[in-house]
Amino acid sequence: MQEHTQLSDKEITDDLLSPVIRSPKWFWMTIGSLGLIMLLGLSGYVWELYSGLGVTNVKRPVYWGAYITNFVFWIGISHAGIMVSAILRLTQAEWRRSITRAAEVLTLFSLIAALSNILFHVGRPWRIYWITPLPPVVIGYDFARGIWPNIRSPFVWDPVAVGTYLLSTILFIYTCLLPDIALVRDKVKSKIPKIIYSVLALGFRGTPRQWKIQATAPILLSALVLPIFVSVHSIVSWDFAVSIAVEGWHSTIFAPYFIIGAIHSGVSAVACLMAGLLWLYKLDKYIKPDHFDAIGRLLVIVATIWLFTLFLEWIFALYPLEDPEIALRNMQVFQSPWNYLFILFLFTAYIIPVSAWLFKNIRRSAKWMFFTTILVNVGMWLERFLIIIPGLSRRTELSFNWGSYSPSLVEMGLVAFTFAFVICGILVFARIFPIIPPFDVKEGMRFRHIIKIGKRNISAVVRE
Amino acid sequence: MKQSKWGMVVDLDKCTGCQGCVVACQAENNIPSNEKSDYDEDRVIQWIRVERYWEGTFPDVKARFIPIMCQHCDEAPCEPVCPVYATYHNSEGLNVQVYNRCIGTRFCANNCPYQVRFFNFWEAEWPDSLKNQLNPDVTVRSRGIMEKCTFCIQRIRRTKRDANVNGFEIDDGSRAINPACVNACPTEALVFGDMNDSNSKVSKIKEKESKKSGRGYHLMEHYGTSPNVIYLKKIEKNKSHSN
Repeated sequence: MQEHTQLSDKEITDDLLSPVIRSPKWFWMTIGSLGLIMLLGLSGYVWELYSGLGVTNVKRPVYWGAYITNFVFWIGISHAGIMVSAILRLTQAEWRRSITRAAEVLTLFSLIAALSNILFHVGRPWRIYWITPLPPVVIGYDFARGIWPNIRSPFVWDPVAVGTYLLSTILFIYTCLLPDIALVRDKVKSKIPKIIYSVLALGFRGTPRQWKIQATAPILLSALVLPIFVSVHSIVSWDFAVSIAVEGWHSTIFAPYFIIGAIHSGVSAVACLMAGLLWLYKLDKYIKPDHFDAIGRLLVIVATIWLFTLFLEWIFALYPLEDPEIALRNMQVFQSPWNYLFILFLFTAYIIPVSAWLFKNIRRSAKWMFFTTILVNVGMWLERFLIIIPGLSRRTELSFNWGSYSPSLVEMGLVAFTFAFVICGILVFARIFPIIPPFDVKEGMRFRHIIKIGKRNISAVVRE
Repeated sequence: MKQSKWGMVVDLDKCTGCQGCVVACQAENNIPSNEKSDYDEDRVIQWIRVERYWEGTFPDVKARFIPIMCQHCDEAPCEPVCPVYATYHNSEGLNVQVYNRCIGTRFCANNCPYQVRFFNFWEAEWPDSLKNQLNPDVTVRSRGIMEKCTFCIQRIRRTKRDANVNGFEIDDGSRAINPACVNACPTEALVFGDMNDSNSKVSKIKEKESKKSGRGYHLMEHYGTSPNVIYLKKIEKNKSHSN
């Protein structure tokens, strides 16, 4: 049971539509500076396209670097959407109402960011469509299209899983957006936006039949989308786990380990986003300390399961006592700079945030949650980096080929690009559509009762 | 004609680490010259390389050499991970790379335990004086794709075609069909031939050396790749006899 502020429908509409009707003061400046970062990153990409992948720092034997790390990171972040919108919806967690859309939008943009990393990564991005089974009719005449993609390769499973996730996320966002687009359509004054919103609203007028379909669709979609919850990051982990020749990658625990890690980073990112939105749009009537409290408690559990799977991964790796594996782990933990990164990773991904979340005051404070969840995501980026790079550094018997890696300026620029892109995408989305769903919040208000607890009268939902 | 299955034997007892094979391969297969900057960047392309290891402590130090090229594994781990079938196994037991098909995910290179797959980070360049020595039978690889040892498939193809047209039998170990590295090896440490032909030199060595007392072994057998390159151990002098 959670405490809420009882609001009238009009208040909700006014509050939540105000950033949509006119841009906030900081909007253009923020978009401008994010755009500058994106432009710098992209200019690095243009250079890479023009002169070749030599501008990155990947080399023999570390053929995968910051781009793949970043790909896995953003796929991990994208798990937030499905966790919040599908699982919390099906379990009827009432506190999800004001954050579902933010989480879904975060999913959408982080998936696009992840996919862009594939373009940065491959040697010939202009031929990337060869991994799809598209018939030549769609692509146009192409001599090399006679061959079906190799379905044994995880790089064919990846686009299938991520593509399904992207499509279902777009569907999810759009079905849940319909009543709100209709609301904006009715409120907006200027002519051209009104036409655009009218088209997008697909004739939603709020008839009982439309509401009925609208209420059923997300539940149905959440049930359908649940397999993706398991599949997406499992498949991403198999990019590594199927590699028999890379010590530290070839592990059966990888799928559950990656999924739980993805939830850890994804839910943290949602908490971070919530705190950010609360601060930017002054939404303290909608995002309550209770929300952060609930997320904080969820995160303590998720983080601890994640730590356990990390521990298992180490046990499984060290149990056979094979020399290359021991050399690899030795490098990860005892050799500079990996040892510093490893300590930083442990402290940022688990020790500092989880011990902080044990305190109720920290869980209930948006500011503290903002910083601790950022720490988690720093740690989770490092986690992927610490899996990918030391594994590829090849601590095998052929010590002639041992190598190392550190990202180049172009790679760092493009990693910064993806971060700027996701933040920018969410802000632009929030400028066009309400980022907190007014219809969902209003629905939540309908479920509430005034309950007397001690001497206080509290507005709360009983079914929790 | 009987189906061939190409294989190689590397006798480490005969290898002197002279790098002749490396240079021959470089010239035969249009591999751009490796400059100092390439070594600094760890981006050298050497389809065959001679790894040098030091054994013992000064002054009793020995240099050990092991030439490593693509092992043309029967169970090549690089093949299933390629999303576009740019690398596959052909009917003659060769692990083949289709340059024009490759999109450069570099997954195959990660999954190769021998580290014999190379990525073209830059467009290949030759000094003007070397442009006329490029082998017309071998594709010049563009940037953004993988390449690796082919057992000089162009020589195998050409010799088979010539044999068909002119109606002669290909001799085992003929210089026309041998890869460039084998022809260049001054000590005959490298032997190339058809594993399916029980009279070929490689088959005989395989038969003799894969016995328990033999010197034969596969590189990194524990990955289960079943390579088609057999290494023969160096013959150690009597351990008690030290100098």
